[in-house]
Amino acid sequence: MRYDKNRSTISRQDNEQLALSKVFIVGSGGLGGYVLEMLARIGVGHISLADGDVFDDTNLNRQILSSEDVLGQKKVEVAKKRVRRINSDVVLNTYDDYITRENVVERLQGHDVVVDALDNIETRFLLQEACEELGIPLIHGAIAGWFGQVATIFPGDRTLDSIYQHQEKTGVETTLGNLSFPPALVASLQVAETIKVLLHRGETLRRKIMFLDLLTQDVHVFELDSSDA
Amino acid sequence: MKIKVRLFATLREHRGKEVLVDVEESATPLDVLLVLQIASGDVAILLINGRDGALDAPLVPGDVLSVFPPVGGG
Repeated sequence: MRYDKNRSTISRQDNEQLALSKVFIVGSGGLGGYVLEMLARIGVGHISLADGDVFDDTNLNRQILSSEDVLGQKKVEVAKKRVRRINSDVVLNTYDDYITRENVVERLQGHDVVVDALDNIETRFLLQEACEELGIPLIHGAIAGWFGQVATIFPGDRTLDSIYQHQEKTGVETTLGNLSFPPALVASLQVAETIKVLLHRGETLRRKIMFLDLLTQDVHVFELDSSDA
Repeated sequence: MKIKVRLFATLREHRGKEVLVDVEESATPLDVLLVLQIASGDVAILLINGRDGALDAPLVPGDVLSVFPPVGGG
């Protein structure tokens, strides 16, 4: 049985719940590829993915869906093939363009959780706004160099307002770049948060930020005030 | 008064993980950043005593600031 190794931790009923769940991954780069891999393997039944990019050789250092033989191919097309090979029970709905102010609400509507796997801060605020309007939890993740951060944002929390005080368009990743290992780590934490939200289990990073510094192995979780708490 | 500042990620470069900054009574985090030569625009997260704080909030002796740059890659 595919999910035998899940059983002690995630029950058959839990897996049935996951199979009915709908998760939207926004971005299919460093974070999005790993998030997709893990959500498909654990059995989230309906996944949507949006990314308008094609693979190029600068993706090979970190993006799990990239390989030399798919350079030039659309990221979402490669994602489709990967998911089909991992778990054919998963319905993957793809968009080979970007999330914009014009399409964000229509795209995200009907999903249970949205995963932020974006590479820019500006669009993250669009997600926060749309998720608030639609009442959908948003799992934030971001990376730069040796660093990463994760937060779980419920409608009304507006956590991004606290972690990007100046609504910057981009962060220190523009100078630091991105290495091979922070995407896998941050994506794992995002998937853990997603599964807990879907199954109403455990404690989440709601109104908190987990900040990871892998250069010094400093991991901190800080409480953040909510705008309406 | 002395304010302890915990720096994170790139803000540690040439400054270290933790520094003590001497500022006037009722100084704000903006004053502390000025001493550390950190532009307020480079600060994405500012915590006072581990909680979300404002750049213009008056500080009291013993306050601990935590300061983070924006991390936005994916």
